Amino acid sequence: MAAGFDPSGRLPDVFTNAGTSSFTQFLSQAAPELLPGRRPLPPGMAADIAPHGTTIVAIATAEGVVMAGDRRATMGNLIASRDIEKVHPADAYSLIGIAGTAGIGIELMRIFQVELEHYEKIEGAMLSLDGKANRLAAMVRGNLGAAMQGLAVVPLFAGFDLSPSDPSKVGRIFSFDVAGGLYEETGYDAIGSGSLFAKSALKKRYRPGVSTQDAIRLAVEALYDAADDDTATGGPDLTRKIYPVVMTATADSTHRLTEAEINAVAEQVVAGRMENPGG
Amino acid sequence: MAMQFYASPEQVQRDRSEYARKGIARGRSAVVLTYEGGVLLVAENLTSLRKISELYDRIGFAAVGRYNEFESLRRAGVRMADLNGLAYDRRDVTGRALANAYTQTLGAIFSETQKPYEVEICVAQVGTSPEADELYRITYDGSVQDEPGFMAMGGSAEAISTVLKSRHDVAADLQTALALAVEGLASVGGENGTPRTLGASQLEVAVLDRSRKGRTFRRISGAALTTLLEGGKDEPEKEVGEAGDVAPPAPAEDKPTVSAASVDLEGKPEADPAKPADDTNGDGS
Repeated sequence: MAAGFDPSGRLPDVFTNAGTSSFTQFLSQAAPELLPGRRPLPPGMAADIAPHGTTIVAIATAEGVVMAGDRRATMGNLIASRDIEKVHPADAYSLIGIAGTAGIGIELMRIFQVELEHYEKIEGAMLSLDGKANRLAAMVRGNLGAAMQGLAVVPLFAGFDLSPSDPSKVGRIFSFDVAGGLYEETGYDAIGSGSLFAKSALKKRYRPGVSTQDAIRLAVEALYDAADDDTATGGPDLTRKIYPVVMTATADSTHRLTEAEINAVAEQVVAGRMENPGG
Repeated sequence: MAMQFYASPEQVQRDRSEYARKGIARGRSAVVLTYEGGVLLVAENLTSLRKISELYDRIGFAAVGRYNEFESLRRAGVRMADLNGLAYDRRDVTGRALANAYTQTLGAIFSETQKPYEVEICVAQVGTSPEADELYRITYDGSVQDEPGFMAMGGSAEAISTVLKSRHDVAADLQTALALAVEGLASVGGENGTPRTLGASQLEVAVLDRSRKGRTFRRISGAALTTLLEGGKDEPEKEVGEAGDVAPPAPAEDKPTVSAASVDLEGKPEADPAKPADDTNGDGS
């Protein structure tokens, strides 16, 4: 147990008090060393010491959202990993993708997943989608010190809104900046080094109210375009059968496309580009 | 200086035990038992304040006694489970570790503080087969027992246990197991020893579902519970993700997420063209 040992053997007060329903707030008292952003960093830039995750795209659909991420992580000019998974479910109705320093991003994502589940268990109710986004913004803000030394991480958050103010907007996307700024996006968004190209592709192809099936294709196309022009983004790897991670969040729950499903889409996209490289 | 009367340690312990037992016996009871499909947790509960809850993927919690005391223990359990699950791995969170933390905590409270906790709790862990299920009973003084497949806590636990003991069957289905649990709870507290009738509104029911992956805890309430009590089959209701039992968030207000102001400040009331602009009272006056 990370928390201080009580000679009586009972759990410390921080476990039993009524104080908070937030897991990060609890961690900050019981085990602050488990929180990124609480660690003192030696001075100087540290941007090149760890792998970086690259491009993530998210698209709002008629039924919810689709999020996809390429599989590459880079360290300078080297490929650090060709099968990293950067898109994960945050809870049963929302998705999180990470770009930037992979290690810190993964840690942030893990704590955020526990944060949402913890709140559910303590309160017996789910956080609203806005509540989840605000919580994630606060966690990104906590990493500002490290971000200024080159260890920046920026997530992309999207989910199915169980109680939307407008029934036609069930899929919502939130982006962040390193300072913890929170921005709700309309329709689609992308983060990471290839996001410029992915967003340009989506700008031309996205239509409001797109179906989930079409959005999956759109997302894979956008990642292909990002990989086409950004060295840090990996395209579909036909030789190794490594394809983007694609997840959906709808009224049913979150769902990760199976190997077979994503193979089919990726192969269609690649076949299309054989005829017309510009898509 | 005032003289303190001497009270032997035995006497102090006895007094505290008696105090705790009386407090627990005043409350309504709860039953936990294993069945073919998992672990069933049933509490008699008229309120919306929970006596049964999820601790972790395969671990549930049931309690009787004082609400504020077992609620703080429940929170501690969720916090400990989530902390260890994050620091190690989800598989490394076990019912036994939680039961150990609870016995230490309740034991320390019992021997060190003036007032013991008036609670009795159960930590239940569902396994791959009914034989692998674990039920731990932890009492107000920190003693712990590993129960053999069924247990009753609170009010008239002994009488309820007798009912359960004679008929408990690990191969029973959910419907039969629930009928037995309800029969046990209803067998006490009636006038002149006659059994009571307990309806869906008086019961809090949850299962740790053996067949589920990940979070196995699932509440059964409302229409599904009524059907089950009347002898119908358990309809595995529409899967709402892996979330199991949580209530959905309140309806959204139409204001930007980034604003912390209330909606009456932030909302931009739009002039309704159908209404005359000066109709401030809404009734034409």
